[in-house]
Amino acid sequence: MKIAIINGRVINPANGFDRICDILIDNGKIVSIKKLTKIPENAKIIDAKGKIVSPGIIDIHTHLREPGHEEEETIRSGTISAAAGGVTTVCCMPNTHPVIDNQTAVEFISLKAKNEGVVNVYIIGAISKGLKGEEISEIGELKSAGVVAISDDGNPVMNSLIMRRALEYAKMFNLPVISHCEDLNLSADGVMNEGYVSTTLGLRGISKESEEVMVARDIMLARLTGGHLHIAHVTTKNSVELIRQAKKQKIKITSEVTPHHFTLTDECAKTYDTNTKIKPPLRTKEDVMAIKNGLKDGTIDCIVSDHAPHTEEEKQKEYDLAPFGIIGLETLLPLTITELVLKKVLTLNEALAKLTINPARILNIDRGDLKIGAPADVIVFDIKKKRKIEKFYSKSRNSPFLGWELYGFPEVTIVNGKVIMENGEIYV
Amino acid sequence: MRLKSKDLLGLKELSADEINLIIDTARPFKEVFTRSIKKVPTLRGKTVALLFYEPSTRTRTSFELAAKRLSADTINITSTASSVMKGESLIDTGKTLEAMQVDFVVIRHPMSGAADVLARNIKASVINAGDGMHEHPTQGLLDIFTIKEKKGKIKGLKVLIVGDIAHSRVARSNIYGLTKLGAEVRICGPATLIPKDIEKTGVRVYYDLNEALEDVDVVNVLRLQFERQKENLFPSIREYMLLYGITKERLRRAKSDVLVLHPGPLNRGIEITSEVADGLESAINEQVTNGVAVRMAVLYLLAGAQ
Repeated sequence: MKIAIINGRVINPANGFDRICDILIDNGKIVSIKKLTKIPENAKIIDAKGKIVSPGIIDIHTHLREPGHEEEETIRSGTISAAAGGVTTVCCMPNTHPVIDNQTAVEFISLKAKNEGVVNVYIIGAISKGLKGEEISEIGELKSAGVVAISDDGNPVMNSLIMRRALEYAKMFNLPVISHCEDLNLSADGVMNEGYVSTTLGLRGISKESEEVMVARDIMLARLTGGHLHIAHVTTKNSVELIRQAKKQKIKITSEVTPHHFTLTDECAKTYDTNTKIKPPLRTKEDVMAIKNGLKDGTIDCIVSDHAPHTEEEKQKEYDLAPFGIIGLETLLPLTITELVLKKVLTLNEALAKLTINPARILNIDRGDLKIGAPADVIVFDIKKKRKIEKFYSKSRNSPFLGWELYGFPEVTIVNGKVIMENGEIYV
Repeated sequence: MRLKSKDLLGLKELSADEINLIIDTARPFKEVFTRSIKKVPTLRGKTVALLFYEPSTRTRTSFELAAKRLSADTINITSTASSVMKGESLIDTGKTLEAMQVDFVVIRHPMSGAADVLARNIKASVINAGDGMHEHPTQGLLDIFTIKEKKGKIKGLKVLIVGDIAHSRVARSNIYGLTKLGAEVRICGPATLIPKDIEKTGVRVYYDLNEALEDVDVVNVLRLQFERQKENLFPSIREYMLLYGITKERLRRAKSDVLVLHPGPLNRGIEITSEVADGLESAINEQVTNGVAVRMAVLYLLAGAQ
């Protein structure tokens, strides 16, 4: 099938390309990126005048909940949610039931994704067997099964020796180790950021230090082992500073942030709305500021959703009892555009880099670059049009952004040369 | 003047005027008890549900008496004896009560925010009888009433709250109410039991009890929960008692006419000695009497706001 995306502003952060021209897609691949003198017959025409055309988003931190919690999300519904959000590639975390800590489990996800997924799915395997943090999983086997990274996300690896071994061993396979930094003894039974708000709400707090001590520890282990450390969902000012210093020392470290951590603060919890209950928690104004600065100066490499679906029944509970997590695939791009680009924290090019080529390079995924012959993962979006969030394509609705008006919603999502989403309609 | 909200969820959101309204309304209700027929028909025909997810003697009895003295009908739901044991959610329980046309739900719950969540989901007036570590507004109000009755004012008084501030809803409600009415509030306890950023509420933090007691007008003593020792928040009950126990000797540093309060129940010999608890400075029993009057006032005013 031929697709011609015409008149749009094509931005390709991988090489700094930023020009009004056309993209021609055929047989799943990009055929040309230039002004077309003639549009081929029987090509589907997408008029992107006044809009942005960019590589599809690569979200390297999502939870698809299958196998085990299909009532929250499935690979199918999660990838549909991705397509609705302009995300053409997702990486799914292994904290499913059962855990993705062996070859069979990886193959299950691969097959499910191939048969039922509507966007590209890459798999992150577990660092430790059963995510218990006691024994490293068969990382070599996971690699040959096709994982692109390992992580115990949802959990930290509390035992420093295990984390060291994981970094050393994974280095052999060129696998980044994605670390969820949280000292469980410090965070204990906390449910939100520890501070004035948690004190007045009477809710147990999670200190910033519970993240920072682990960031510091992991950085030292990365330095010791030479392994590639990727810090998941950074939330505090000091974490950003630690990463900044580590990069100066040329330690192999990369990091990510989520849109909710550069948009919201712990003040949102005042209504006891459990859609503000997240791990790591929403922090304070100074942390939001530090994250934005970290994005600006390159300390933070990419922006991810940490899409974590939960059913209404699970979330409709007392704050202490509700599970942590919010969905995010569909608000990833709009929040980045509204809060970072339109508020002049990042340029459009810089923001798109954080969503496409940077995550691709971190995980060695050969996508996120609009070049001739590449698989056609392309999106079209409008940064001038405002829209109110009224529904979600995900199975779950646990988002604090319901009712928000944002700019930059994707209008067309093309995956491997096939239109999967156009103007809100899903075509599968 | 009336209360702005259909519910009483906490003192943080109440204005000083609203607090004073409740205190002033409670005064004549206290007079009702001295009569031989201790009942007024004010809330006749209204139903008050007492939804207690946590055990309680004084608060539940106090609310029940307050409702009955206003001629309201009361129903008691304690969690162990109800569907809650079968896993029924808080909101479902609230909706069930609403379907039975209950006018007031008085709720005590072990988790912060429970009263807020219930109030948002039902039309009846919700009164927070203590939610987790968040607020216990009627306790705060009766403490303020007691102080005002004995001292004639709140403004400018030095009030000290001693104990496990971090886990105390009584401390929080007291802090909000007293600072709003212009008292100089001090808090004292081990650093591990003082919550983060509490100074932002306008209180002064002390770790040394002797220093904290200097020249105070009122001491409000909080109950020590023994479970906290297992969480490594203090090394032993003995050490807590030695450093933070209120004794007659320690009390000499306060003003000679110092008033001693305690929300109860008492751990005699630990956070407070029997000598002090039963002594002339103590208004602990008075607090209980005042509690019924204050709760009558709250029910009466919320009925007016319905």
